[in-house]
Amino acid sequence: MTDSRSHIIELSAIEFSWKAGLPVLDIPELTVSRGEKVFVRGPSGSGKTTLLGLLGGVITPQRGQVKVLGSDISRFSPVQRDRFRADHIGFIFQMFNLIPYLSVIENVTLPLSFAKERKSNLAGSARSEQDEARRLLKHLELDDSLLHRPVTELSIGQQQRVAAARALIGKPDLIIADEPTSALDTDTREAFINLLFAECQAAGNTLLFVSHDQGLETLFDRSIALNEINRASQCRTTATPVSKAMEVA
Amino acid sequence: MSILSLALKSLKNRKTTALLTIFSIAVSVALLLGVERIRVEAKNSFTNTVSGTDLIVGARSSSLNLLLYSVFHIGNATNNVTWKTYQDLTSDPAVAWSVPIALGDSHHGYRVVGTTHGMFSHFRYGDNESLNLTEGKPLNALYDAVLGSEVAASLGYEIGEKIALSHGVERKSLQSHDDKPFTVTGILKPTGTPMDRVIMISLQGIEALHIDWANGAPPISAFSVSAEQAEAMNLSPTSVTAYFVGLKSRIAAFRYQRKVNEYRQEAMTAILPGVALQELWQLVGTAEKALLVVSVMVVLAGLMGMLTTILTSLNERRREMAILRSAGARPVHIFTLMITESVVYAIAGTLLGFLILYGLLFAVQPVVQQMLGLHLAISAPGTFEASLAGMIIVCAIVLGMIPAWRAYKNSLADGLTIRV
Repeated sequence: MTDSRSHIIELSAIEFSWKAGLPVLDIPELTVSRGEKVFVRGPSGSGKTTLLGLLGGVITPQRGQVKVLGSDISRFSPVQRDRFRADHIGFIFQMFNLIPYLSVIENVTLPLSFAKERKSNLAGSARSEQDEARRLLKHLELDDSLLHRPVTELSIGQQQRVAAARALIGKPDLIIADEPTSALDTDTREAFINLLFAECQAAGNTLLFVSHDQGLETLFDRSIALNEINRASQCRTTATPVSKAMEVA
Repeated sequence: MSILSLALKSLKNRKTTALLTIFSIAVSVALLLGVERIRVEAKNSFTNTVSGTDLIVGARSSSLNLLLYSVFHIGNATNNVTWKTYQDLTSDPAVAWSVPIALGDSHHGYRVVGTTHGMFSHFRYGDNESLNLTEGKPLNALYDAVLGSEVAASLGYEIGEKIALSHGVERKSLQSHDDKPFTVTGILKPTGTPMDRVIMISLQGIEALHIDWANGAPPISAFSVSAEQAEAMNLSPTSVTAYFVGLKSRIAAFRYQRKVNEYRQEAMTAILPGVALQELWQLVGTAEKALLVVSVMVVLAGLMGMLTTILTSLNERRREMAILRSAGARPVHIFTLMITESVVYAIAGTLLGFLILYGLLFAVQPVVQQMLGLHLAISAPGTFEASLAGMIIVCAIVLGMIPAWRAYKNSLADGLTIRV
């Protein structure tokens, strides 16, 4: 059990299929330790979306254990999984990640209205929600002058940094970033990742960074090739129709 | 951030469609409330066509027939009441006042009502209102006539106009009383009752018109009596068509009614006008119910419009839902968000509907009062309005469950995947 405490993610012998007999995910083992910054290389069809669904607790595997922070979330009820995700995982997606009708600050503080634990983490720091949002945005090098602009007027790079601040607020244990840099150009890409690293380092978050961009791989502590650990990966078995691969992606 | 402020901010982001939806609900609510208001006022006005009169007495007939010819001037009396009987029955100590009417003549399709001064001092309609003149004076001389407001307006008559009455009540009367013209001396204020469509003259006037008639036929020229000659003759009435009675105490109404109905010398009928009017409203009131049903349908259409708007927006908002989910919102939050939106639409629409209604009421009240004599009371919303507003909001919640359920299912199916 001491081992599992230091492991943020522990997948063992999981199998998942949308349709019976057609598994899209078959991973014998995958572990991520606390504080690690892991790069997951996942080309289309490697089961990336499904893996994120499992970790987020939106879907449950037909077989195996999905342990996050030592709890097997696949045994939780849907409501428990939703609560668990809200409290412990911050998400950053590819693009258009923000709620268009909320202000920058409101977008950043949004998870706090759904996650009690993250809200209480913040209460411990004796900073108000807005102040914490401002602090994070400042660390991510977003100008104060941008705070009052509608989020739709921000550049993609700025939007992604707002999304990162939203994922980081309230110090969730795990940050899952799903292709957060694919819409950015090369310069802003590295700058974004460095800022994200600095924040994770400071707050002690574990980072799971999913991308198909191999150029970023070297920046991380460790790299996992999803299509290699996933025995059901479409990239290895060419027999499956392309349409199936599209659906999975 | 609460779900409510999230819903409000989301609606603000879709201002145009949101406002249009609210407006369409508001218009339908205003229509329904307006129809109901007019329905109630019309019913009040109708059942108060005669008020303050305890009994209406006429020759033996059905109560409906008596009501129709004496109050609404529709149809004809089966028989007249002799002057002797009228005097005998109204000398009862319980009688406070009585106003006789004599019908049977007309002018351009408008009925002539022969009556006495009592019509102005005792007759009441609506909320205890008496007949008032906009101009001129009530009946003084033999050949004076007072016009109802509609008669004066549609025939374009003014004070001093000479009018010839016709015998009978058909629009094209065969026999004219043109030998004895009447002078318009007064015009009534609009009442919203059949009194707007009558020409009132004195009982003596009626008598003068027919003094030279025999057995319902006009005189041969040799026996005709001129207007001036008639004035000098004995014009005490020989009969009336019906009469209105006010009693000293209402408790005596049933006793007096029985006395009239059992009167030996002549076959008579007495009715309680309030009761008879209620009965008649049951008959004619079906149309207003249909109107109410139609406006309920319009409200349903408004709510359906809301449903359409929300359902249409669902697909565009799938991304928004997925982002909320990734930020920790549970499917039940998504469901609540959608229901809240419907409730906001319903409450805003209903409130705006009330505002439109009261705005319109203030605008049209003087006009309706003047043109139709219908008094639209402007009062604070009553229990009907309150329960209606409640019902609309409940309906909105029920209808709102449809898109809310779909958003719920969508968010379960989509998970954290953002589908564009």
